[in-house]
Amino acid sequence: MRKINSSLITEEVKRLALDANCDLGESFIDILRKKIKEEKSNIGKNVLEQIVENDEIARTEKAPMCQDTGLVVCFVEVGYDVHIEGDLYEAINQGVREAYEEGFFRKSVVKHPLDRKNTQDNTPAIIHVKLVKGDKIKITLAPKGGGSENMSLVKMLTPAEGIEGIKKLVLHTIFYAGGKPCPPLIVGIGIGGNLEKSALIAKEAILRDVGDVNPDPILANLEKEILDEINQLGVGPMGFGGSTTALAVKINVYPCHIASLPVAINLQCHASRHKMGVI
Amino acid sequence: MNFRTPITQKDIEKMRAGDIVYLSGIIYTGRDQAHKKMVEAILNKEDLPFDFEGQVIYYVGPTPAKEGRPIGSCGPTSSYRMDPFALPLMKKGLKVMVGKGDRSDEFIKQMIEQKAVYLQAVGGAGALLSKKVISSQVIAYEELGPEAIHKLEVDEFPMIVTYDMYGGNMVKDEVEKYRTIEIEK
Repeated sequence: MRKINSSLITEEVKRLALDANCDLGESFIDILRKKIKEEKSNIGKNVLEQIVENDEIARTEKAPMCQDTGLVVCFVEVGYDVHIEGDLYEAINQGVREAYEEGFFRKSVVKHPLDRKNTQDNTPAIIHVKLVKGDKIKITLAPKGGGSENMSLVKMLTPAEGIEGIKKLVLHTIFYAGGKPCPPLIVGIGIGGNLEKSALIAKEAILRDVGDVNPDPILANLEKEILDEINQLGVGPMGFGGSTTALAVKINVYPCHIASLPVAINLQCHASRHKMGVI
Repeated sequence: MNFRTPITQKDIEKMRAGDIVYLSGIIYTGRDQAHKKMVEAILNKEDLPFDFEGQVIYYVGPTPAKEGRPIGSCGPTSSYRMDPFALPLMKKGLKVMVGKGDRSDEFIKQMIEQKAVYLQAVGGAGALLSKKVISSQVIAYEELGPEAIHKLEVDEFPMIVTYDMYGGNMVKDEVEKYRTIEIEK
């Protein structure tokens, strides 16, 4: 049994939150740079240029790339052979609290969804814990903006609607969302499970590496097909029109009931912020 | 095109959907909760935080300013959430609204009737846009934190005219140019 003091978790969460909000990483910015050349619309090119310049300023000056520094989502994988000294949830929230104060990030969380009073420290985070083999703790942290989350959804399709039904739902959602979710997007699609499982695997999908290839060849192909169709919608960068509406489509699947075909679509804006650390 | 606030009716007449404009002078921030409060103030016949005649509201909730800087990151938020509050403010003289994303047909109709205009700044470019802000001061609803109303002085803040007073709609026109796939209503 490996003992891990909860203060180490706080430190790691703080480091990840500070880093994620200011630095998209060179490889992601490079994808955006390439899209400037490929974009067919001149307004679209101009928007992408502003986004790239913005992301470079944020990296250099350690400034948040977007004023919406998000609600923090944390996926935590805890090894069976780990004993945490202290409270895992409180440790994570303390890390968020410290990062959002030190980083001059916006506090965007209200304590009650109806009376809407700001908690003033951006806590609580949304925390998902999974038990895994080993004696380590792996934390994936994503500050998630409200604009793209608001355009996300879950729909219970019938099995007969199948792949065509899924495609129709995705295209419809992205077309009518227009500029609101801040395209170019990463589109996370969760297929199967049940109501909440589909949403969870769609969220995990947007946290996959943007350049990874789905190990399931059928899904890898479907991801390509749907990406191609999304980019024919004309929505373009920030919905100003153009050929760059999405940068990637990521599909995760899970077994489901014989009567159901749950589909969740989680949209991620072009400020695709997520960082991973291991303790 | 360059404009300086306050915006006159003549300025609005010059703005056409698709034009890139650079705005300088004083603009005011406001988003969800501030809009709710301002509309309540109008209904209760109370004073508003500023005189709306010819003014610009920018839908934004900035990050806190670091030392030596007037403001933190300050890109636009989605405008459609302010649709239910827009008409009473336009009736008080508000002429220019700046945010991101599409708005409802109902809003567009009201905006044309009021001879106002809707512009967009680039969403998610908050660090870049912060460079266009010279000064910032909270003038109302301080308790709302990032949602408080700030008076900003801006210099050549880049925007694109999205809906003009003649019914021009940049989003619809541009998206249709690049759409090559059928979409169901």
